Amino acid sequence: MELELRGITKRFGSLVANDGISLAVAPGKVHALLGENGAGKSTLMNVLYGLLQPDEGEILINGTGVRLGSPKDAIAAGIGMVHQHFMLVPTFTVAENVTLGIEQAGWGGLLDARRTRSEVRELSHDYGLDVDPDALVEELPVGIQQRVEIIKALVRKADVLILDEPTAVLTPAETEELFRIIRQLTDRGTSVIFISHKLREVQAIADTITVLRRGAVVGERAPDATIDDLAALMVGRDVQLRVSKPPASPGRVVLDVAGLTVVGTDGQTCVDRMSFQVKAGEILGIAGVQGNGQTELCEALMGLRPTAGGAVTVDGEDLTTATPRRRLRSGVAYVPEDRTDDGLVGSFSVSENLILDTYDRKEFASPLLPGGPRNLRLPEIAKNAAERIAEFDVRTGSASTAAGTLSGGNQQKVILARELGREHRVLIASQPTRGLDVGSIEFVHRRIVSQRDHGVAVLIVSSELDEIYALADRIAVMYEGKITGFRDPDVAAAEVGRLMAGGADLTPGLTPTEPEPVATEPGPVAPEPEDAPEPEEKP
Amino acid sequence: MTEPAAPAREEAPGTEPSQHYPFGKIFSEALEANNVTVTVLALVAATVLGGILCAFTNPVVLHAPGAGAMIARAWDVASGTYVALFEGSVVNPHTLAALFQQASIPTAIHDGFLSAVFGPLSETAVAATPLILAGLAVALPYRAGLFNIGGQSQFIGGAIMAAWLGYAVNLPVFVHVVVCVLGGFAGGAVTGWVVGEVKARTGAHEVIVTIMLNYVMQYLLAYLLSSASLLQAPGSPNPITPPIASDAHLPLLAGSNLRINAGFLIALACAFGVWWLLNRTTTGFEFRAVGANPNASRVAGMNVERSWALAMLIGGGLAGLAGAAVIGGTDFTLNPQSYGTYGIDAITVALLGRGSPGGVVAAGLLFGALHAGSPGMQDVTGTPVQIVQVLQALIVLFVAAPPLIRTLFRLRATRAAARGAGTSGAAMSKGWNA
Repeated sequence: MELELRGITKRFGSLVANDGISLAVAPGKVHALLGENGAGKSTLMNVLYGLLQPDEGEILINGTGVRLGSPKDAIAAGIGMVHQHFMLVPTFTVAENVTLGIEQAGWGGLLDARRTRSEVRELSHDYGLDVDPDALVEELPVGIQQRVEIIKALVRKADVLILDEPTAVLTPAETEELFRIIRQLTDRGTSVIFISHKLREVQAIADTITVLRRGAVVGERAPDATIDDLAALMVGRDVQLRVSKPPASPGRVVLDVAGLTVVGTDGQTCVDRMSFQVKAGEILGIAGVQGNGQTELCEALMGLRPTAGGAVTVDGEDLTTATPRRRLRSGVAYVPEDRTDDGLVGSFSVSENLILDTYDRKEFASPLLPGGPRNLRLPEIAKNAAERIAEFDVRTGSASTAAGTLSGGNQQKVILARELGREHRVLIASQPTRGLDVGSIEFVHRRIVSQRDHGVAVLIVSSELDEIYALADRIAVMYEGKITGFRDPDVAAAEVGRLMAGGADLTPGLTPTEPEPVATEPGPVAPEPEDAPEPEEKP
Repeated sequence: MTEPAAPAREEAPGTEPSQHYPFGKIFSEALEANNVTVTVLALVAATVLGGILCAFTNPVVLHAPGAGAMIARAWDVASGTYVALFEGSVVNPHTLAALFQQASIPTAIHDGFLSAVFGPLSETAVAATPLILAGLAVALPYRAGLFNIGGQSQFIGGAIMAAWLGYAVNLPVFVHVVVCVLGGFAGGAVTGWVVGEVKARTGAHEVIVTIMLNYVMQYLLAYLLSSASLLQAPGSPNPITPPIASDAHLPLLAGSNLRINAGFLIALACAFGVWWLLNRTTTGFEFRAVGANPNASRVAGMNVERSWALAMLIGGGLAGLAGAAVIGGTDFTLNPQSYGTYGIDAITVALLGRGSPGGVVAAGLLFGALHAGSPGMQDVTGTPVQIVQVLQALIVLFVAAPPLIRTLFRLRATRAAARGAGTSGAAMSKGWNA
């Protein structure tokens, strides 16, 4: 099927979300839509999927114009969509989810469950999806859930499959698997529209790359375009992908973790006798595939999870059993992995979020009666907000805007502004740029490096090797709750990749030129990745 | 936004996804989806529907000779009902006219004509007092993410304390009433705190614990009142406490002819206090943060469990004050029916007041007015008291179901509009390079 969009324009009030976008998707090809958050990718796909009606322009299928008034029309026209947030009923089985909405009545009006099951099994086999039709969706890892969505589209005879930020929730290994599936699909003539803001992935999978910026097409490239070229197109200026930083000058040991052991809620050991030190003025990067205990490590370091053994000290102060508040007071700044769930109170204003862990300090609260509730000093809070917003260039309507309505990058800036705004000796940042666009990543990286240069001991936990390489002065690789090795950042990525896979001889991570044939699971003991998908564009 | 079907995030020990319970979800959606327009329109819709009900339950209307006469009589009955409601709860023109016919102001005051004018307002305030206090008892914990269905048990806890202190203890004039009020707060606070503490320590859901405590307190009260050695008045065959001492009565505010008493001032002060606590203090900041996002609050160093316990303690205390206000202000004894339906009405009031202290005062006054006006409605037009309760229920029904009102009045659903913008360009204007 040949799909063509001609001059699609979509306005929301004064905002032009799509400005005369034209593109053609060839049959059996992967067409990537590349653009920053808010560039209009999702709007365009919602138009194509019938969720939104374009103000101008037309959609042509095999040369004839069609009107897609609802997703139903789009499905009938052979367009399938896998949303960034899956539309699955967690308590239903795979087969039940697949049949949802197109239930076929069998004999006597009963649900023909057997037919769906065999259909799922067939598709699963044909495309190498490896999905059990009787598995409960809520018990499946995110990567498999995504395949259920793909099967849903295939059962509905989709010729064009839209994948909206499909890798945002996947581990590198799962991403490799997804790419293999995408190739299977295109081999059989299905076209895929792949939406992403990750340059390397787009390079690795796409046959054609269309770059969107501020709602308009700014260029079309073949996959052999350079990363720098694509990045420049995407953000409209030259971007430094790697932060230039002077060599580190490490001082005394600030954060000392010795033999830390954490047992997860299911009784498994998530962090197993981990020991490392972070010195003032250096960045230690903890690399590793998501779900190897990084989340538990960070939570244990912040006192959010009890430790089963070992010790954590900051500048000689023993914090092993300290409450989160005491750790914060001892000068630990923390940027949590899940910013909407752990970093911000979405319904609170930006200015309230900026004092979320300092609200009871003298500068913001004055005692009314000894021991009684303390009055918030609103003028001071407003002043603090104005200063932080200016210093960190938070793009917000006003300080009283609800933080949950900001874009991901601006939310992260609010968290950084808060954490770096109070005195601190240690910065622990987990997945600091996940889901952010290139411009935001650059900003966050610069801030982290400048922290290091001011003598802060920085611990970065990231599953993105690029990020580790961009920031770290020393790399520790984590696998199944243990550190499998320390390396300097000038070591080859393949070597770090080998350690990330537990020392086995395979190379996970993305290699654009030669994709891995089979990236097996990291290991049986590794808990499933438990990150919630990052909403890219906030309503 | 749709819930992602990702594997459930592991909770830190002691955490509990309190917002994910259906009950909580329904409650919070009902509270948050409302705006002022919807609330006002809900009142209008309930008034119209209530008027129709009044008219067509009236025998005079039903036995009208023809369609025209029926409509005319229906209008008479409906309008008469609302006029009677107004006269019974705000001001009656007849008493106002009588006041102006008096020779001089001193005689008017002396003969009770001035009191007669303010009688309806006084009754409204008296009826509103426990509703406001109990409504606050729901509204405050709600902001900390808790659904206090235990207004009844906390009311009983407060009423027991206030009644016992009122008749069993001898204290100087002014001190006695203060002790009774503080005792009422303490009685309710303990009952509420138990719930918060159980939730904080074990994670038991507060809705279940409060509902069960309602039964416990209800039957505990019945037991205490039927045991002569405990609360039952000596020599009385009825389950009732002795009357409280007269110096334990809440002072009347406007002379002996009007029932309005200091309880109303306490209710208003509490509403202001709750507003101040929530919006202007560090404690309230914690409550609101914990209520909106317990995970982020924990990461920010707050003690989530302590906030739960404290919010339930204060909320329970407010419901206990409602009990003290009823005992010390109007009833002066405690019987097995003293708690009435305050526990349930409190949820209604908090819902109608959209969870804010000012809204709770307004909703409490409205319901107080309905209470105060209902006898008049019955007298003047023969509208049964039950119809007033139907009217209340209709208001709540409409307020609690914003989509119903939106459909009824063809309002553009804000949620649908938000969805349209949300999936698309809204983020763009806030985007990095915009």
